[in-house]
Amino acid sequence: MSTTKKITFAALAATLGAGTLAGCGGESGDNNSGTGSKTVTLVSHDSFAATPAVLKEFTRQTGYTVKVLKSGDAVAALNKEILTKGSPQGDVFYGVDNTTLSRALDNGIFTPYEAKGLDRVPDDRRLDKDGHRVTPIDTGDICVNYDKKYFTDKKLAPPQSFEDLARPAYRNLLVVENAERSSPGLGFLLGTAAKYGDEGWKDYWAKLKANGVKVVDSWELAYNQEFSGSAGGRKAKGDRPLVVSYASSPPVEVLYSEPQPEEAPTGVATGTCFRQIEAAGLLKGAKNEAGGKALLDFLISKKFQEDMPLNMFVNPVVDDAELPPLFTRFGAVVDKPETMEPKKIADNRDQWIQSWSSLVLK
Amino acid sequence: MAVPVAFFAVFFAYPVAGIVGRGLRPDGSWRFGHIGEVLSRPDILDILWFTLWQALASTALTLLLALPAAYVFARFAFPGKQLLRAVVTVPFVLPTVVVGTAFLALLGRGGLLDELWGIRLDTTVWAILLAHVFFNYAVVVRTVGGLWSQLDPRQEEAARVLGAGRFAAWRSVTLPALTPAVAAAALMVFLFTFTSFGIVQILGGPAYSTVEVEIYRQTADRLDLPTAAVLTLIQFAAVGAILAVHAWTVRRRESALKLVDPALTAHPPRGAGQWALFAGVLSTIGLLILAPLAVLVERSLDGPGGHGFAFYEALKSAEASGGTFLVPPIEAVWSSLRYALAATAIALLIGGLAAAALTRRAGRLVRGFDALLMLPLGVSAVTVGFGFLITLDEPPLDLRATWILVPLAQALVGVPFVVRTMLPVLRAVDVRLREAAAVLGASPLRAWREVDLPLVRRALLVAAGFAFAVSLGEFGATVFIARPDNPTLPVAVARLLGRPGELNYGQAMALSTILMLVCAAALLLLERIRPDRSAGEF
Repeated sequence: MSTTKKITFAALAATLGAGTLAGCGGESGDNNSGTGSKTVTLVSHDSFAATPAVLKEFTRQTGYTVKVLKSGDAVAALNKEILTKGSPQGDVFYGVDNTTLSRALDNGIFTPYEAKGLDRVPDDRRLDKDGHRVTPIDTGDICVNYDKKYFTDKKLAPPQSFEDLARPAYRNLLVVENAERSSPGLGFLLGTAAKYGDEGWKDYWAKLKANGVKVVDSWELAYNQEFSGSAGGRKAKGDRPLVVSYASSPPVEVLYSEPQPEEAPTGVATGTCFRQIEAAGLLKGAKNEAGGKALLDFLISKKFQEDMPLNMFVNPVVDDAELPPLFTRFGAVVDKPETMEPKKIADNRDQWIQSWSSLVLK
Repeated sequence: MAVPVAFFAVFFAYPVAGIVGRGLRPDGSWRFGHIGEVLSRPDILDILWFTLWQALASTALTLLLALPAAYVFARFAFPGKQLLRAVVTVPFVLPTVVVGTAFLALLGRGGLLDELWGIRLDTTVWAILLAHVFFNYAVVVRTVGGLWSQLDPRQEEAARVLGAGRFAAWRSVTLPALTPAVAAAALMVFLFTFTSFGIVQILGGPAYSTVEVEIYRQTADRLDLPTAAVLTLIQFAAVGAILAVHAWTVRRRESALKLVDPALTAHPPRGAGQWALFAGVLSTIGLLILAPLAVLVERSLDGPGGHGFAFYEALKSAEASGGTFLVPPIEAVWSSLRYALAATAIALLIGGLAAAALTRRAGRLVRGFDALLMLPLGVSAVTVGFGFLITLDEPPLDLRATWILVPLAQALVGVPFVVRTMLPVLRAVDVRLREAAAVLGASPLRAWREVDLPLVRRALLVAAGFAFAVSLGEFGATVFIARPDNPTLPVAVARLLGRPGELNYGQAMALSTILMLVCAAALLLLERIRPDRSAGEF
């Protein structure tokens, strides 16, 4: 048995050593126990980002320190909250949008709270207007982006509407994401359903398919591999000059180029957009309710709202927040995005996805 | 024995049972009828068939290509051998996102093959199979090669002297000795490819789906726990069957072998045949492993103003990453290393104890435990991750937001490696050596130090290398466990790839290159730790 003992001993020592070492990382597993805790935990998806100084500002105003937990992509993050209902991982969840809201509300994961300053949010952006179970935080538009250079070289006008995408002039040019597996893919599908009606969208997609639309699984593949207008796509020699992405993609493309170009390499087809409204809510069973409420107030404060665009590439939800110059200069103004009621999305989504996948993928 | 069993009960069986139970007992009564429903769906059957088929094909192809390399690494001495051994292990730690990107750059549009011969393999099964070989090459080379290098060539020579032909001698002497290691390697490759997730998603396109991908979709995307539970059970059954086959293959094959110092068995290649084999293996490695890695490095250097280190510079500031990270992306290196150290320590502790226990005892119960240890390789990371969420949520075990959860989840995958690499060697230690030492008056401790340790040390290092590598590249569990904002390397790479703009793409490539270098350096260090030669010479 000496072998066992010796290995145990050596390994134990190693474990303790590594444990101590790893523990020096400065992350403490403090779980807000008790009331009056000074930490408030925000659970969000992986795309959440905020400038540290802005989060410090919140601490200065309220005395609460924000701890951010990133919990996977938006859908998975919400599903985890539904799964752990009543024993949540944090106090506030940020990351439901109009495509997932109904599920969150039906499962009752939020405690109603009317955030201070909600009156600055225009009516058409208020999710759960009467229940106040969630607070709208940002909006984003899912639109087709086009590669400017391709269309100038070909002396062809870029498409502007859903209708255009099905025209023979744009045959074999469009790449979209799988609506089953990717949120921009789903958003684009919902946009077509909002535009052409509950049954009409199928005819439209049949036309798109006949016009050579290509489907890939994720936004990353579509944008960085297939699309000819993005930096990644240029390197990968992508040959599709049209891609489903976001209205904010061109400014981002500029922001992350060295040196920054005078003009964005990509443009937005503003007649192909679907609006997502994203919201946050106080989790039922939150250990620090007071902190959670203060955080919700802060999320729609001017300070945080103006910090969002360059971090998460979304638009503020309140009227009094100013967009950064980069957005006003390179971004597109989407006047009439397609929208859809959360309830209608919830009722039809699964069945639509199924019809879509047998129509387009098979 | 008690420690590993407890570890598995708490961190594996309990969470998985929790999530499966939640699926099959949504309202307090078991709903086994759902199993039949799921199994009668043609799309599910297609997925099952494809999963099995590609895993078998990938395993066969990996063995075919990697066994000659195992021989070359075991028996030939050549300059740069250690470096090359570390390099072939690098793919194993790369996150699937990165491998997918590298393979797209090779096989996809505008890729190397496309440029040269106009061949495009992306969205074909070939891309998936090749990527699987790329990933698992090292598994075979290290597990089989590790043992092969310690087999005494003189035994085969003795057989030749006694009149056996070259092949007959190899078949009757070397092959039986190698079988357990080959079987173990095949098993691991099969389990890995059977539960392949990222590779299939990135390279296969929407046309291909594995059970693992389906479980992920049913759990994370749809929260259809009943269907996910049935699929998890199917995965269990399949993995269980494979483990049974494996146990049956190697039973009684693990016998005491005469192990020698690997340094004594290697020699430079001699004769045309050996040189041809050597060249063949080297060119395979060049095409299959170095080329994809080189593509990544090239893209990380291909900056905005021509080739240079611009992307690496950008990694140093949180500013350039535009707030995706509260810390500069380069910090991810330290996070990853910390997690990897902790995970390796846990895996060595649990795996070492388990291996020691399995060496000491025999019997049905122990064999069952052996198989049980392999199960985490065959269970979807999303199942474990979501299981953690709903089971480890009450004091004293509310670990959900603590850092230790990540290395624990990673160690689950590391333990099987530790056990598989240590067990053949531990079992091969001839018990009579220990007895002889005891007879000569050595204390048990001294006997262990003089007899076991020198023989086991190498296996221990190989095992540690695997556990470390698994943790560095592990992407699944890390993603499903919500964590404070200190991303590991793979997570940081995935995040950068998920955003538009040249700098992000370039930084993702640069971080992947750093990940490769960190891994290669760590493995090289392990190779360097040689036992002092005062003991273990027979």
